[in-house]
Amino acid sequence: MKEPIPGPVSKAGSIPTKMGSWSTIKPVLKGKCTFCLFCWIFCPEGAITQDEENRRVLFNYEECKGCGICAHECPTKAIEMAELEHKGKVNVR
Amino acid sequence: MKLKDISKEELFRCSYGCAGCASVLAVRLTLKVLGRNSVFVVPANCISTVSCYYPQAPFFVPMTVMAFAATAAACSGISAGFKRRGREDIQVVGFSGDGGTADIGIQALSGAIDCGNKFIYICYDNEAYMNTGVQRSGLTPYGAATTTTPSPCFEKRPKKDMLRIVAAHDIPYAATACISYPLDFMQKVAKASKINGPTYIHVLVPCPTGWGFAPELTIEIGRMAVESGMWRLMEFESSEFRTTYKPSRKRPVAEYFAPQTRFRHLSPEEIEAIQRDIDRREAE
Amino acid sequence: MSVKSSLKKYITANEAVAHAARLARVDVVAAYPITPQTSIVEKLASFIANGEMDADFLKVESEHSALTACMGVRMAGARAFTSTSSQGLEYMHEMLAYVSGGRYPLVLVNVCRSVALPWSIWGDQQDAIQQRDTGWIQIFTETAQEALDMVLQAYRIAEDPRVLIPVMVCLDGFIQSHTEELVEIPAQERVDAFLPPYEAVVALDVDNPYSISVGGFGKHYARWRKEQQEATEKAKAVIIEVGDEFARLFGCHYGGLIEPYRINGAQAVIVLMGALTGTAREVVDEMRARGKAVGLIKVRAFRPFPVPELRQALSKVKAAAVLDRDCSWGYEGALATDLKAALYGLPNPPAVLNFIGGLGGSDVPPEQMKYMLDKALAAEKGATPGLEFIGL
Repeated sequence: MKEPIPGPVSKAGSIPTKMGSWSTIKPVLKGKCTFCLFCWIFCPEGAITQDEENRRVLFNYEECKGCGICAHECPTKAIEMAELEHKGKVNVR
Repeated sequence: MKLKDISKEELFRCSYGCAGCASVLAVRLTLKVLGRNSVFVVPANCISTVSCYYPQAPFFVPMTVMAFAATAAACSGISAGFKRRGREDIQVVGFSGDGGTADIGIQALSGAIDCGNKFIYICYDNEAYMNTGVQRSGLTPYGAATTTTPSPCFEKRPKKDMLRIVAAHDIPYAATACISYPLDFMQKVAKASKINGPTYIHVLVPCPTGWGFAPELTIEIGRMAVESGMWRLMEFESSEFRTTYKPSRKRPVAEYFAPQTRFRHLSPEEIEAIQRDIDRREAE
Repeated sequence: MSVKSSLKKYITANEAVAHAARLARVDVVAAYPITPQTSIVEKLASFIANGEMDADFLKVESEHSALTACMGVRMAGARAFTSTSSQGLEYMHEMLAYVSGGRYPLVLVNVCRSVALPWSIWGDQQDAIQQRDTGWIQIFTETAQEALDMVLQAYRIAEDPRVLIPVMVCLDGFIQSHTEELVEIPAQERVDAFLPPYEAVVALDVDNPYSISVGGFGKHYARWRKEQQEATEKAKAVIIEVGDEFARLFGCHYGGLIEPYRINGAQAVIVLMGALTGTAREVVDEMRARGKAVGLIKVRAFRPFPVPELRQALSKVKAAAVLDRDCSWGYEGALATDLKAALYGLPNPPAVLNFIGGLGGSDVPPEQMKYMLDKALAAEKGATPGLEFIGL
């Protein structure tokens, strides 16, 4: 396809707006992560990533909307939904 | 298919979908199966509304917005065009809501199956016209309240049996799924992607906003839908229907209804009648 | 190589259109039966079945799906064709705006037929004209030859990167679609030299992914609309350019956006679109032979509307008699309205008389056209007496 493309189009994957600001309540790993990947598969936003080296999950607060599915589905109840102390920029990885 | 083997690439991010949206999850999981060599057709519905307004483009694969009634016809045409260009390898996916499938879109779906081109039609069923604010659709279940079926005029018609409707067209492959059983759903998408013809997958996606429950319960509600018999996981292949998952426990439908405000108006007698109906259908 | 093509046959305009789609190397035909367009679709199905045409035939279940499928074919980077009439065009209405706003260069042949109610399978131009605001280029043809030639030109015009606006080629139901004429069907090699393979611009490309046909709020929406308007305006120059090139290659020129006929020194001019121009030419010749200063203007491009061309052609004329085979109920014929708006501001403008005729398959015989021209000759300069139904 030759650019520029006329008409109503957006380049795929352009995401200038992130939705992390929708919620100050974010998942925090409090217990032992067994790396079962349930939270990873069930996160609608894909805001959970796999840290294979440490066999635990990581949360992307910039894209997490705070729905709480991950905490609810975790079989060992290792995830707690907690209010962020520093709103916005904190990224627990 | 095992969780650890599933692709880690995220091809649908930062949509304006509600927190806890199962439809958004359905897109995400479909893309994990099909990958970058796929194109999506999304008509007027929640998913297009939350992903189609310039300049935000949450799809990392090519997609097109489409007129409400037209999803399947567009899939048919795109598939035919790719075939002529020698690109039958590209997966064409129609991602349509319950309204765009069973109501306004049903004619085009019927015609497109008849045209016979290769595409995967995924109906993501949140059981009402959600993006316009929760109006009833042909897939709203008996007993549910919506803005156009408020109690006591709650929905008195059963869900249209889309699986049997597409099966009656002699479609090569069709299936029902539920987002709470992700591997079952993704295996069905993978199976459909290998069929050289039209395929149909109907995935139940609970909606916190429209069904009236807290967003963290989305997956659990879907599980309860299957455990109570309100929704079945099936396949239609080689002219035969088959159940792909039978829940180990049978949950009373009252437990499924309890957390959802859309069923709150139902009296115990009405719930009992629904339970009897489910039991009768299961006995058949 | 001689300038003229190799095959001449007596065929209807519908069959001529089918040949054009074949010669344009269309990849996919997605069309639905409706009188009086059906024989285009049947002919294409038979070309494909007997191997004369290498294309796929999509057995769509409605016109709405037919146009949608064609749009899908374009998104996949291939060339599509569809045709329809009347109720079918109306059923496509929603998708007409999708195609033009999305900048998909489709070609659609509309065999003009009246719209229900009252129900009628016969010709007039209400169906096409009703869709004039959907953003399509609309070109009205007169003969089977022009229909064939314009379908070929339509692909060039639509696919031109300066345009990327869909084109509706209009024929008149029955009197043109079903009337046999001697038509030159050009050789494939000559058409290939004129019409190169399609290079998709707005498409679903896995190697360069975009979200296409998206939405936008406020100024984004307005910006896209402004670009669409500019492209549709630019199409005027492209229509003329393509017409000139076609004439060089195939030896047939249709005059551009309008075709004036014997307007030099004309006092009264009949203005019309489509197949009835054939009758009008004969009426003009006969009246000229009797010493009457009359002429005609055949409007070919209805959208984009040829404002400067009409102003120039009518500036010295005393009166224009506009024949509309349509009406915007509650006002008047669309061609008359658009013409008057185009002439606004001319010092000493002609009178514009609006005649509504040829509705629902009604004939417009020479006597009616003479009546129109006689009335125009007698009109006061600058008068606009409002519409008159003729032939009733």
